[in-house]
Amino acid sequence: MQPNQLANKLKIVSLVSVGKHPQSGRVRRADQDSRAVELGMKLASDNLIVLHAGDPQEQALRSYAGMGLKSIQVLEMDPAADAVMPLGEHLQQSGAEIVLTGVRAESGESSGMVPYQLAEKLGWPIVPRVADIVSIEAGIAEVLQALPRGQRRSVKVRLPFIASVDSAAQDARQSAFGPASRAVMEVEVVSAATDAVRQSWEEAPARKRPKRLKVVKAKTAAERFKAATAKSQGDGGKVMKNESAAEQAQAILELLKEEGVLR
Amino acid sequence: MSFEWLHPLLIATALVLAVIGAVRRVNLWRAGKPDQINLIAGLMAMPGRYLHDLHDIVERDKYMSRTHAATGGGFVLSASLIILVHLLGIDSQILAWALLAALALMFVGALFVFKRRLNPPSRISKGPWMRLPKSLLAFAGAFFVLTLPAAGVLPEGSGGVLLTIVLTALIIWGMGELFFGMTWGGPMKHAFAGALHLAFHRRQERFGGGRSTGLKPVDLSLAKEIGGVLGVAKPTDFKWNQLLGFDACVQCGKCEAMCPAFAAGQPLNPKKLIQDMVVGLAGGTDANYAGSPYPGKEVGHARGGPDHIITDGLIDPETLWSCTTCRACVEECPMMIEHVDAIVDMRRYLTMERGNTPNKGAEVLDNIIATDNPGGYAPASRTNWAADQNLPLMRDVKQADVLFWVSDGAFDMRSQRILRAFVKLLKAANVDFAVLGDEELDCGDVARRLGDDATFQSLAKRNLAVLSQYKFKRIVTTDPHAYHCLRNEYSDFGSDALNDVEVLHHTTFLNQLVQLGQLKLNNFTGAKVTYHDPCYLGRYNGEYEAPRELLRSMGIEIAEMERSGFRSRCCGGGGGAPVTDIPGERRIADMRMDDASSTGAELVAVGCQQCTAMLEGVVEPRPEVKDIAEILVDQLVDQTADSKVGQLAQEVH
Ligand code: SF4
Ligand code: SF4
Repeated sequence: MQPNQLANKLKIVSLVSVGKHPQSGRVRRADQDSRAVELGMKLASDNLIVLHAGDPQEQALRSYAGMGLKSIQVLEMDPAADAVMPLGEHLQQSGAEIVLTGVRAESGESSGMVPYQLAEKLGWPIVPRVADIVSIEAGIAEVLQALPRGQRRSVKVRLPFIASVDSAAQDARQSAFGPASRAVMEVEVVSAATDAVRQSWEEAPARKRPKRLKVVKAKTAAERFKAATAKSQGDGGKVMKNESAAEQAQAILELLKEEGVLR
Repeated sequence: MSFEWLHPLLIATALVLAVIGAVRRVNLWRAGKPDQINLIAGLMAMPGRYLHDLHDIVERDKYMSRTHAATGGGFVLSASLIILVHLLGIDSQILAWALLAALALMFVGALFVFKRRLNPPSRISKGPWMRLPKSLLAFAGAFFVLTLPAAGVLPEGSGGVLLTIVLTALIIWGMGELFFGMTWGGPMKHAFAGALHLAFHRRQERFGGGRSTGLKPVDLSLAKEIGGVLGVAKPTDFKWNQLLGFDACVQCGKCEAMCPAFAAGQPLNPKKLIQDMVVGLAGGTDANYAGSPYPGKEVGHARGGPDHIITDGLIDPETLWSCTTCRACVEECPMMIEHVDAIVDMRRYLTMERGNTPNKGAEVLDNIIATDNPGGYAPASRTNWAADQNLPLMRDVKQADVLFWVSDGAFDMRSQRILRAFVKLLKAANVDFAVLGDEELDCGDVARRLGDDATFQSLAKRNLAVLSQYKFKRIVTTDPHAYHCLRNEYSDFGSDALNDVEVLHHTTFLNQLVQLGQLKLNNFTGAKVTYHDPCYLGRYNGEYEAPRELLRSMGIEIAEMERSGFRSRCCGGGGGAPVTDIPGERRIADMRMDDASSTGAELVAVGCQQCTAMLEGVVEPRPEVKDIAEILVDQLVDQTADSKVGQLAQEVH
């Protein structure tokens, strides 16, 4: 566990939001966010900072605290307001080096945009969907990204950075009632712009989109297994390995224009 | 005899040392937390409790009860008379003769103790306990000879120096064991601590044939306090009278012999657990423990002290999580020690302070918190099982004779068969009943036994709030765990929702219906039937008869298992044990099924969905398992069908 000792001195912040239980709709610690806390605790143990923007009275915060946190920092603001600005400012000032979030929130807009917007605001790289942070040495972290079907990709990223934590990461430890009740909420009142657009929205439970039935042509069990586990083969596209970086960048740019992502 | 001054001096010294030891021991207990006990009333009641409550339990073993009455009674009598005759020097032949008689009684008792120890069963501790019968004999024998002159049998001063030396040595040995050892931690400690334990027992309701099985609630305000601890982390977190109780253990191993977890080779032995508590309260290691170990764990490595965290070095958490809370140990313990209370107290610390519930424990607790059922199912799907049953909802009818508490069996397909059978019986008997539907929540049993009293209390309070909105005379449930919670544990939360409400298990209620003639049953013609007593129905609530009477009312002659009634062996399903799933060498359910098979029965009747699940989990071939409600439903005389047949018959004529 040498990398952890290094990481102990690092400033790691886990951002937490209010989760929602899929069956009961009841408030809880969000699954991915609590994995972000778990990962943060693994890296920084007691030095981890857990940060929430919203209502400090929120019960869900207690179930994060029950994982053994002494305190949670809360930027008190209207929970419906846009948290990106105040969070960004706070993180900038706090000198954070690694910021961990969930991939997407379980309530609210649940757009999964917060980590990207924060990264943009801070000018930091973002590593989406990480499963683990393996080591941190000389200002460079080795991060495992979770890919579909249990695959992992190892990437190296220079500090500071933001990582969104995937459901493939180590699941959160049990939340205990005693520490949950005893943790201190360190509150700082911030002003946040009300999200005017969002106010006009109506919320409704999501409905699963109907899925097109897959016609399985496989005849044998082995073929069916292959069909179920095979990597999806994207059509088109090309692999550019030997071209220069400028050429590669140009190709990406053209593709983005072609797809209408950039205009 | 010479040295007349010597023996009174020795007796006085032994007594003074005993008193010093007693004060020290009492201080060890007083390090525990305060508890509300009426000390004077307890002391006054103590002799009666000794003669009735304790001896009722010892009486199950006739040999031991007589031996103990002779030895213990003889000793108490002798000790008081020795003080009068030899210490105070009262010169009375009557007293001396009385003393001789008492000593003789004690000597004879001690001979029987000696005999039992010649070939001791594995459950009892050896070590210093093997010395005890000899010490008793030395004490009784030496004082007998010493008293002969006072009784006028021998002239004063007879016997030579040699006899005096021998007698003195025996007296020192005897008094060392019986006076000094009593308060300084020898085997005789059980008499001193045991007597006081009877007086200051934490569950005073148990005496006089009472039953007290509900767990005591945790003071959750401790969670907010700095330095507060939920549950028991260190020996000093126990109530003082719990510590006293541990000290009362005689290491008879009756609890060990009954413990299903021990028999299954899981790392639990209730006797060792209590002895480890003694190590904890007094400080030291378990190196001197001379009984069976926790299966699979070597003795000698446990270390503890009053202010050491118990699970850091004294007891492996696995030991605590192996317990099914079946109370077989408590039922059997002659010293009325409360093993289950202690185990759950320590689990509370592990769960509520450490967040360390093993295996599926954390997940199950999370589910209960988020969905009010251990499976994590949508709360709105609680009544899906009864979609075709047309059950009246309390929300609509507001009042009914009987509130049918459905329990979490609602989410389990096997249990639903029991629920349906019971509903059919209710309808057949025209009972005015209703259910809570989605307003019912998990009763909190599993959360509480897993140590999460916060969640239990939250569920209890919310359930009580729902119950208080409706009017009903009885609650009937097919789940003994819910039955226990509602009947014995919900009363601690200041609600009047259950005042004047009778809480009944379905077998009790169905038996009433059958006795009143509201349910007509055909005779059962199937094969041999045995009955398994669920722990939470039997030992927790004393209901052994109703299920049996129900079976008999169908003409069934029950082939009783060797362990039945209050000695029934657990199915392995209680106390969250299937959730924490501590590995052993065997499965408890398999052993119970072996018990059942050995009666030659082809059908095991049970009264609990958890038992059904556990016993049906045993691989075939094995007897079939059915809830009594399911057996009844098959024997139900369908009166509507009968009357239709009657009508048809009339039309034909
Ligand atoms: S706890 Fe009770 S039953 Fe067990 S050994 Fe001690 S005295 Fe005997
Ligand atoms: S309650 Fe049952 S399982 Fe637990 S220690 Fe006692 S006998 Fe063993």
